Amino acid sequence: MNEFWLILGMFVVTFGIRFVMFAFAGKMTFPVWMQQSLKFVPPAVLTAIIIPAVVMPYGKIDISFTNVYLLAAIISVIISLVTKSLLKTIFFGMLVFLLLKFLMAT
Amino acid sequence: MLAGSKAALPLIVGGIPFGILFGTLAPTSGLSIWATMAMSLIVFAGSAQFIVLALIAVQAPLEVILLTTFVVNLRHLLYATALVPKVSHLSLPLRTFLAFGLTDETFANMSQRYQPDSPLGSDHQFAHFFYIGSMISFYITWSTSTAVGLILGNMIPDMTSWGLEFAMSVTFIGMVIPYLNSKAMFSAMLSAGIASLYFAYLPNKLGLIVSALIGVAMGLLVIHFQNMPINQIKDNKHE
Repeated sequence: MNEFWLILGMFVVTFGIRFVMFAFAGKMTFPVWMQQSLKFVPPAVLTAIIIPAVVMPYGKIDISFTNVYLLAAIISVIISLVTKSLLKTIFFGMLVFLLLKFLMAT
Repeated sequence: MLAGSKAALPLIVGGIPFGILFGTLAPTSGLSIWATMAMSLIVFAGSAQFIVLALIAVQAPLEVILLTTFVVNLRHLLYATALVPKVSHLSLPLRTFLAFGLTDETFANMSQRYQPDSPLGSDHQFAHFFYIGSMISFYITWSTSTAVGLILGNMIPDMTSWGLEFAMSVTFIGMVIPYLNSKAMFSAMLSAGIASLYFAYLPNKLGLIVSALIGVAMGLLVIHFQNMPINQIKDNKHE
Protein backbone atom coordinates (compact mmCIF):
# COMPACT_ATOMS: atom_id res chain seq x y z
CA MET A 1 0.00 0.00 0.00
CA ASN A 2 1.42 3.33 -1.06
CA GLU A 3 0.59 5.55 1.87
CA PHE A 4 1.24 8.76 -0.04
CA TRP A 5 -1.51 7.98 -2.54
CA LEU A 6 -3.75 6.74 0.25
CA ILE A 7 -3.59 10.06 2.12
CA LEU A 8 -3.74 12.18 -1.03
CA GLY A 9 -6.66 10.18 -2.41
CA MET A 10 -8.60 10.31 0.84
CA PHE A 11 -8.00 14.05 1.06
CA VAL A 12 -9.21 14.68 -2.51
CA VAL A 13 -12.33 12.53 -2.03
CA THR A 14 -13.24 13.94 1.40
CA PHE A 15 -12.48 17.57 0.66
CA GLY A 16 -14.09 17.34 -2.79
CA ILE A 17 -17.40 16.23 -1.28
CA ARG A 18 -17.30 18.95 1.37
CA PHE A 19 -16.28 21.65 -1.09
CA VAL A 20 -18.37 21.07 -4.21
CA MET A 21 -21.60 22.55 -2.83
CA PHE A 22 -19.81 25.53 -1.28
CA ALA A 23 -18.03 26.20 -4.56
CA PHE A 24 -21.21 26.33 -6.62
CA ALA A 25 -23.00 28.14 -3.79
CA GLY A 26 -26.46 26.70 -4.13
CA LYS A 27 -26.91 26.00 -7.82
CA MET A 28 -27.55 22.32 -7.18
CA THR A 29 -30.21 20.37 -5.32
CA PHE A 30 -30.77 16.69 -4.59
CA PRO A 31 -33.72 14.45 -5.29
CA VAL A 32 -35.47 13.18 -2.17
CA TRP A 33 -34.54 9.53 -2.71
CA MET A 34 -30.86 10.47 -2.71
CA GLN A 35 -31.18 12.38 0.55
CA GLN A 36 -32.97 9.40 2.05
CA SER A 37 -30.39 6.89 0.86
CA LEU A 38 -27.44 8.85 2.27
CA LYS A 39 -28.89 8.40 5.73
CA PHE A 40 -28.58 4.61 5.38
CA VAL A 41 -24.97 4.63 4.19
CA PRO A 42 -22.97 4.88 7.43
CA PRO A 43 -24.93 2.21 9.35
CA ALA A 44 -24.97 -0.12 6.33
CA VAL A 45 -21.19 0.21 5.83
CA LEU A 46 -20.46 -0.24 9.53
CA THR A 47 -22.68 -3.34 9.75
CA ALA A 48 -21.03 -4.82 6.67
CA ILE A 49 -17.65 -4.39 8.40
CA ILE A 50 -18.69 -5.66 11.84
CA ILE A 51 -20.51 -8.86 10.80
CA PRO A 52 -17.69 -10.58 8.86
CA ALA A 53 -15.15 -9.40 11.47
CA VAL A 54 -16.97 -11.17 14.30
CA VAL A 55 -18.74 -14.06 12.53
CA MET A 56 -15.68 -15.17 10.58
CA PRO A 57 -12.67 -13.85 12.54
CA TYR A 58 -10.38 -16.53 11.11
CA GLY A 59 -11.71 -16.45 7.57
CA LYS A 60 -14.45 -19.07 7.94
CA ILE A 61 -17.99 -18.66 9.21
CA ASP A 62 -17.94 -19.71 12.87
CA ILE A 63 -21.24 -19.48 14.72
CA SER A 64 -20.47 -21.25 17.99
CA PHE A 65 -19.81 -20.60 21.66
CA THR A 66 -16.09 -20.93 21.09
CA ASN A 67 -16.08 -17.87 18.82
CA VAL A 68 -15.01 -15.25 21.35
CA TYR A 69 -15.43 -12.42 18.85
CA LEU A 70 -19.08 -13.28 18.16
CA LEU A 71 -19.91 -13.77 21.85
CA ALA A 72 -18.30 -10.50 22.87
CA ALA A 73 -20.00 -8.72 19.96
CA ILE A 74 -23.45 -9.92 21.00
CA ILE A 75 -22.80 -8.83 24.59
CA SER A 76 -21.53 -5.46 23.29
CA VAL A 77 -24.78 -4.96 21.38
CA ILE A 78 -26.70 -5.52 24.61
CA ILE A 79 -24.36 -3.17 26.50
CA SER A 80 -24.91 -0.51 23.84
CA LEU A 81 -28.69 -0.92 23.98
CA VAL A 82 -28.67 -0.64 27.77
CA THR A 83 -26.10 2.12 28.35
CA LYS A 84 -26.75 4.09 25.13
CA SER A 85 -23.19 5.34 25.51
CA LEU A 86 -20.47 4.80 22.92
CA LEU A 87 -17.61 5.07 25.40
CA LYS A 88 -19.18 2.67 27.91
CA THR A 89 -19.87 0.20 25.09
CA ILE A 90 -16.25 0.29 23.98
CA PHE A 91 -14.89 0.01 27.51
CA PHE A 92 -17.13 -2.79 28.79
CA GLY A 93 -17.28 -4.58 25.43
CA MET A 94 -13.49 -4.71 25.33
CA LEU A 95 -13.40 -5.88 28.94
CA VAL A 96 -15.84 -8.71 28.15
CA PHE A 97 -13.78 -9.69 25.10
CA LEU A 98 -10.49 -9.84 26.99
CA LEU A 99 -12.11 -11.76 29.87
CA LEU A 100 -13.71 -14.30 27.52
CA LYS A 101 -10.45 -14.68 25.66
CA PHE A 102 -8.59 -15.27 28.91
CA LEU A 103 -11.19 -17.81 30.12
CA MET A 104 -11.17 -19.71 26.82
CA ALA A 105 -7.38 -19.90 26.83
CA THR A 106 -7.25 -21.53 30.24
CA MET B 1 -14.78 32.60 17.30
CA LEU B 2 -14.47 32.02 21.02
CA ALA B 3 -18.19 31.35 21.21
CA GLY B 4 -17.78 28.69 18.51
CA SER B 5 -15.02 26.91 20.41
CA LYS B 6 -17.10 27.09 23.56
CA ALA B 7 -20.17 25.60 21.89
CA ALA B 8 -17.98 22.85 20.49
CA LEU B 9 -16.63 21.94 23.93
CA PRO B 10 -19.00 19.06 24.82
CA LEU B 11 -18.43 17.41 21.44
CA ILE B 12 -14.69 18.05 21.66
CA VAL B 13 -14.41 16.33 25.02
CA GLY B 14 -16.38 13.41 23.57
CA GLY B 15 -14.02 13.30 20.59
CA ILE B 16 -10.75 13.04 22.54
CA PRO B 17 -11.02 9.29 23.37
CA PHE B 18 -11.70 8.53 19.70
CA GLY B 19 -8.66 10.45 18.53
CA ILE B 20 -6.60 8.51 21.07
CA LEU B 21 -8.21 5.23 19.99
CA PHE B 22 -7.49 6.05 16.35
CA GLY B 23 -3.84 6.80 17.10
CA THR B 24 -3.50 3.60 19.12
CA LEU B 25 -5.16 1.31 16.57
CA ALA B 26 -3.70 2.73 13.36
CA PRO B 27 -0.21 1.21 13.61
CA THR B 28 -1.78 -2.14 14.62
CA SER B 29 -3.70 -2.08 11.34
CA GLY B 30 -0.47 -1.58 9.43
CA LEU B 31 -0.44 2.18 8.93
CA SER B 32 2.89 3.94 9.48
CA ILE B 33 3.17 6.63 12.14
CA TRP B 34 3.53 9.45 9.62
CA ALA B 35 0.55 8.27 7.59
CA THR B 36 -1.58 8.05 10.75
CA MET B 37 -0.70 11.61 11.67
CA ALA B 38 -1.13 12.82 8.08
CA MET B 39 -4.57 11.25 7.90
CA SER B 40 -5.78 13.17 10.95
CA LEU B 41 -4.09 16.41 9.80
CA ILE B 42 -4.93 16.33 6.09
CA VAL B 43 -8.06 14.19 5.68
CA PHE B 44 -9.73 15.13 8.99
CA ALA B 45 -12.73 12.76 8.81
CA GLY B 46 -13.34 10.82 12.04
CA SER B 47 -15.53 7.85 11.18
CA ALA B 48 -14.14 7.41 7.65
CA GLN B 49 -10.65 7.17 9.14
CA PHE B 50 -11.70 4.26 11.36
CA ILE B 51 -13.39 2.48 8.47
CA VAL B 52 -10.25 2.88 6.36
CA LEU B 53 -8.19 1.33 9.18
CA ALA B 54 -10.47 -1.71 9.13
CA LEU B 55 -9.96 -1.98 5.36
CA ILE B 56 -6.18 -1.60 5.58
CA ALA B 57 -6.10 -4.34 8.20
CA VAL B 58 -7.70 -6.78 5.73
CA GLN B 59 -5.38 -5.57 2.94
CA ALA B 60 -8.03 -4.05 0.69
CA PRO B 61 -6.59 -2.37 -2.42
CA LEU B 62 -6.30 1.41 -2.67
CA GLU B 63 -9.19 1.81 -5.14
CA VAL B 64 -11.61 0.04 -2.81
CA ILE B 65 -10.44 2.11 0.16
CA LEU B 66 -10.99 5.36 -1.75
CA LEU B 67 -14.36 4.22 -3.07
CA THR B 68 -15.44 3.39 0.49
CA THR B 69 -14.17 6.76 1.75
CA PHE B 70 -16.25 8.40 -0.95
CA VAL B 71 -19.43 6.51 -0.10
CA VAL B 72 -19.02 7.00 3.64
CA ASN B 73 -18.37 10.73 3.32
CA LEU B 74 -21.17 11.38 0.84
CA ARG B 75 -23.38 12.47 3.72
CA HIS B 76 -21.27 15.63 3.94
CA LEU B 77 -22.92 16.67 0.68
CA LEU B 78 -26.14 17.03 2.64
CA TYR B 79 -24.42 19.07 5.34
CA ALA B 80 -22.90 21.35 2.74
CA THR B 81 -26.22 21.75 0.93
CA ALA B 82 -27.88 22.75 4.19
CA LEU B 83 -25.17 25.32 4.96
CA VAL B 84 -24.80 26.83 1.48
CA PRO B 85 -27.40 29.63 1.98
CA LYS B 86 -25.55 30.66 5.14
CA VAL B 87 -22.10 30.90 3.56
CA SER B 88 -22.86 32.05 0.00
CA HIS B 89 -22.12 35.70 0.89
CA LEU B 90 -18.53 34.79 1.83
CA SER B 91 -15.50 34.85 -0.48
CA LEU B 92 -14.39 31.69 -2.28
CA PRO B 93 -11.10 31.30 -0.34
CA LEU B 94 -13.03 31.56 2.92
CA ARG B 95 -15.61 29.03 1.71
CA THR B 96 -12.76 26.69 0.73
CA PHE B 97 -11.34 26.97 4.23
CA LEU B 98 -14.73 26.36 5.83
CA ALA B 99 -15.38 23.33 3.58
CA PHE B 100 -12.21 21.66 4.87
CA GLY B 101 -13.58 21.72 8.41
CA LEU B 102 -17.08 20.52 7.61
CA THR B 103 -17.13 17.53 9.97
CA ASP B 104 -20.13 15.90 11.64
CA GLU B 105 -19.39 17.82 14.83
CA THR B 106 -19.01 21.26 13.29
CA PHE B 107 -22.17 20.70 11.27
CA ALA B 108 -24.01 19.86 14.48
CA ASN B 109 -22.71 23.08 16.05
CA MET B 110 -23.64 25.17 13.05
CA SER B 111 -27.16 23.80 12.68
CA GLN B 112 -27.73 24.98 16.25
CA ARG B 113 -26.12 28.35 15.63
CA TYR B 114 -28.24 29.01 12.52
CA GLN B 115 -31.54 28.34 14.28
CA PRO B 116 -33.75 31.46 14.02
CA ASP B 117 -33.65 32.22 17.75
CA SER B 118 -30.44 30.49 18.66
CA PRO B 119 -29.20 31.30 22.16
CA LEU B 120 -25.73 31.13 20.60
CA GLY B 121 -26.33 34.38 18.71
CA SER B 122 -28.67 35.57 15.97
CA ASP B 123 -26.33 37.67 13.80
CA HIS B 124 -26.04 35.26 10.89
CA GLN B 125 -23.85 37.70 8.98
CA PHE B 126 -20.90 36.92 11.22
CA ALA B 127 -21.76 33.37 12.18
CA HIS B 128 -18.81 32.12 10.13
CA PHE B 129 -16.48 33.26 12.91
CA PHE B 130 -18.36 30.85 15.13
CA TYR B 131 -17.85 28.18 12.44
CA ILE B 132 -14.11 28.88 12.29
CA GLY B 133 -13.86 28.70 16.09
CA SER B 134 -15.64 25.37 16.16
CA MET B 135 -13.64 23.79 13.32
CA ILE B 136 -10.24 24.96 14.58
CA SER B 137 -10.94 23.59 18.06
CA PHE B 138 -11.90 20.24 16.56
CA TYR B 139 -8.88 20.20 14.31
CA ILE B 140 -6.46 20.84 17.16
CA THR B 141 -8.18 18.30 19.42
CA TRP B 142 -8.37 15.60 16.76
CA SER B 143 -4.71 15.87 15.75
CA THR B 144 -3.43 16.17 19.32
CA SER B 145 -5.41 13.18 20.52
CA THR B 146 -4.23 11.14 17.52
CA ALA B 147 -0.65 11.95 18.51
CA VAL B 148 -1.34 10.98 22.13
CA GLY B 149 -2.81 7.68 20.88
CA LEU B 150 0.28 7.00 18.78
CA ILE B 151 2.54 7.56 21.78
CA LEU B 152 0.37 5.41 24.08
CA GLY B 153 0.22 2.63 21.48
CA ASN B 154 3.98 2.71 21.24
CA MET B 155 4.38 2.27 24.98
CA ILE B 156 2.18 -0.83 25.20
CA PRO B 157 4.12 -3.60 23.49
CA ASP B 158 2.66 -6.29 21.26
CA MET B 159 -0.89 -5.03 21.11
CA THR B 160 -1.79 -7.13 18.11
CA SER B 161 -1.60 -10.34 20.12
CA TRP B 162 -4.26 -9.04 22.52
CA GLY B 163 -6.90 -9.18 19.84
CA LEU B 164 -7.02 -5.44 19.50
CA GLU B 165 -8.84 -5.85 16.19
CA PHE B 166 -11.92 -6.42 18.33
CA ALA B 167 -11.55 -2.84 19.60
CA MET B 168 -12.51 -1.76 16.09
CA SER B 169 -15.55 -4.03 16.00
CA VAL B 170 -16.78 -2.90 19.39
CA THR B 171 -16.29 0.76 18.42
CA PHE B 172 -18.41 0.22 15.31
CA ILE B 173 -21.07 -1.64 17.31
CA GLY B 174 -21.32 1.32 19.67
CA MET B 175 -21.61 3.67 16.69
CA VAL B 176 -24.19 1.64 14.80
CA ILE B 177 -26.69 0.60 17.50
CA PRO B 178 -28.09 4.13 18.08
CA TYR B 179 -29.15 4.16 14.41
CA LEU B 180 -31.60 1.33 15.09
CA ASN B 181 -34.63 3.55 15.47
CA SER B 182 -36.86 2.60 12.54
CA LYS B 183 -38.00 -0.45 10.59
CA ALA B 184 -36.30 0.91 7.48
CA MET B 185 -32.96 1.28 9.27
CA PHE B 186 -33.28 -2.15 10.87
CA SER B 187 -33.96 -3.75 7.46
CA ALA B 188 -31.05 -1.87 5.90
CA MET B 189 -28.62 -3.06 8.56
CA LEU B 190 -29.94 -6.63 8.65
CA SER B 191 -29.66 -7.06 4.88
CA ALA B 192 -26.23 -5.40 4.78
CA GLY B 193 -25.10 -7.80 7.51
CA ILE B 194 -26.38 -10.94 5.77
CA ALA B 195 -25.03 -9.78 2.42
CA SER B 196 -21.61 -9.14 3.95
CA LEU B 197 -21.32 -12.85 4.83
CA TYR B 198 -22.62 -13.96 1.44
CA PHE B 199 -20.19 -11.69 -0.42
CA ALA B 200 -17.28 -12.16 1.98
CA TYR B 201 -15.18 -13.91 -0.64
CA LEU B 202 -15.59 -11.37 -3.43
CA PRO B 203 -12.15 -10.25 -4.66
CA ASN B 204 -10.61 -7.00 -3.42
CA LYS B 205 -12.97 -6.76 -0.45
CA LEU B 206 -15.65 -5.47 -2.80
CA GLY B 207 -18.16 -7.35 -0.66
CA LEU B 208 -18.25 -4.37 1.70
CA ILE B 209 -19.46 -1.91 -0.93
CA VAL B 210 -21.88 -4.41 -2.49
CA SER B 211 -23.38 -5.25 0.92
CA ALA B 212 -23.66 -1.59 1.89
CA LEU B 213 -25.50 -0.82 -1.37
CA ILE B 214 -27.86 -3.74 -0.78
CA GLY B 215 -28.53 -2.38 2.71
CA VAL B 216 -29.24 1.12 1.38
CA ALA B 217 -31.54 -0.27 -1.33
CA MET B 218 -33.43 -2.30 1.26
CA GLY B 219 -33.84 0.74 3.50
CA LEU B 220 -35.22 2.78 0.60
CA LEU B 221 -37.57 -0.05 -0.32
CA VAL B 222 -39.01 -0.21 3.20
CA ILE B 223 -39.49 3.58 3.26
CA HIS B 224 -41.22 3.30 -0.10
CA PHE B 225 -43.64 0.63 1.12
CA GLN B 226 -44.32 2.52 4.33
CA ASN B 227 -45.39 5.53 2.28
CA MET B 228 -47.81 3.57 0.10
CA PRO B 229 -51.36 4.93 0.23
CA ILE B 230 -52.82 1.70 1.62
CA ASN B 231 -50.63 2.01 4.70
CA GLN B 232 -51.66 5.58 5.25
CA ILE B 233 -55.34 4.58 5.18
CA LYS B 234 -54.65 1.88 7.75
CA ASP B 235 -52.70 4.30 9.96
CA ASN B 236 -55.51 6.84 9.83
CA LYS B 237 -58.01 4.23 10.97
CA HIS B 238 -55.85 3.43 13.96
CA GLU B 239 -55.92 7.04 15.03
